[in-house]
Amino acid sequence: MQSQRVWLLGFWASPFVQRVKWALKLKGVEYEYIEEDLFDKSSLLLKLNPVQKLVPVLVHNRKPISESILILEYIDEVWKQNPLLPHDPYERAQARFWAKFAEEKVRESTWDALCSRGEEREKAVKSSIEALEKFEEELKLKGTKFFGGETIGFVDLVAGFISYQLPVFEEVGSMKILDSSKFPATFDWIYNFLNHPVIKDDLPAKDLMFDYYAKRSKEISDEKDSCRNA
Amino acid sequence: MDGEVILLDAYASMFGMRLRIALAEKGVKYEYREENLPKKSPFLFQMNPIHKKVPVLIHNGKPICESLIALQYIDEVWHDKNPLLPSDPYKRAQARLWADFVDQKVHILGRKIWSAKGEEQEAAKKEFIEALKVLEGELGEKPYFGGEEFGYVDVALIPFYSWFHAYETCGNFKIGTQCPKFVAWAKRCMQRESVSKSLADPEKVYDFVLILKKHFGVE
Repeated sequence: MQSQRVWLLGFWASPFVQRVKWALKLKGVEYEYIEEDLFDKSSLLLKLNPVQKLVPVLVHNRKPISESILILEYIDEVWKQNPLLPHDPYERAQARFWAKFAEEKVRESTWDALCSRGEEREKAVKSSIEALEKFEEELKLKGTKFFGGETIGFVDLVAGFISYQLPVFEEVGSMKILDSSKFPATFDWIYNFLNHPVIKDDLPAKDLMFDYYAKRSKEISDEKDSCRNA
Repeated sequence: MDGEVILLDAYASMFGMRLRIALAEKGVKYEYREENLPKKSPFLFQMNPIHKKVPVLIHNGKPICESLIALQYIDEVWHDKNPLLPSDPYKRAQARLWADFVDQKVHILGRKIWSAKGEEQEAAKKEFIEALKVLEGELGEKPYFGGEEFGYVDVALIPFYSWFHAYETCGNFKIGTQCPKFVAWAKRCMQRESVSKSLADPEKVYDFVLILKKHFGVE
């Protein structure tokens, strides 16, 4: 690998990888993309991320960086154009707070909802809605086109999965989480986000996502049931 | 000038200790306000409506929640004294990764040690020691996780040392004998005034854990 080149190890359906792809595109950074088969991990991935064995891994100057949110911070610090985080320390703290919230409270509950059944699923759907209500409130308070203001920023990229992946989860699980009448600000944000030039041409195909997540949802739910009954 | 700095905290909170250490390292004068956990004040609900947790750093009336986020804020605002994060972006990424590891492993497993029973507790004890050994590996021969200088990961991790007595008592095991390198590092950190003055007394931490156990109905 040439030291100046940037490499990204990823998986086509991963929302974590997607965040990094968007960030690199926003910054105009050229990179080589390597698709990983997460169900048959390569020796390269195991070498670059031996502890967690997960994608994304960004390699820059021959050094690997893992964890999508940390990768976004790294990208923002190395390539200064089109900043993702605000300049002011308090605003930066707020952006980090909402990115963490989007990841830990929103995304994790929507994934739990997808990969569970019955009462467990109902509980996770409720948690997702509660988390999204807080997200909606914050968007209303900000009153801007994106979380980052008039341009896409850190929180938009981390929360971006809501715009294109959550609807697929809802369809796979026959769940209603994002009701447009209850989340007007979120729907406006989704519309703005999906129509952004960097975002709209770089999304995984909906039908492929549906098939993949339908399969994963069943596999994980079955596994949970068999652990419970063991 | 520093402005008005208030730290909304709880004596035994390892997350609060992180911020006490950082503010001391930077020489920032602040007002300490104790929350009487597990009871929470209306002021806490007002300052942290989303998570309703301590610590909350309040700078000129504006609240910053989540200890690692507040730690980075302190480092950025008071950047000219004792920087905690390195300046190199790759090293910063590694520091953040290890601080996350502390939250994901040390904290969560530690909590299971005092709150779980039987097999779940035994598994947590085993994984906790494994996590400390991973950290020992990362420390290597360096005096601190930050290298020659006390830094971000050291601040994130050292407060948990004050909880070891509580973990050992609740879990009926010894940590120090299994992780001597970790203890050596911890004692080195304790030599810093910012740390020794910020860490809670281990006996008082244990008393707090007993209150938590009662509150959550854990035997």
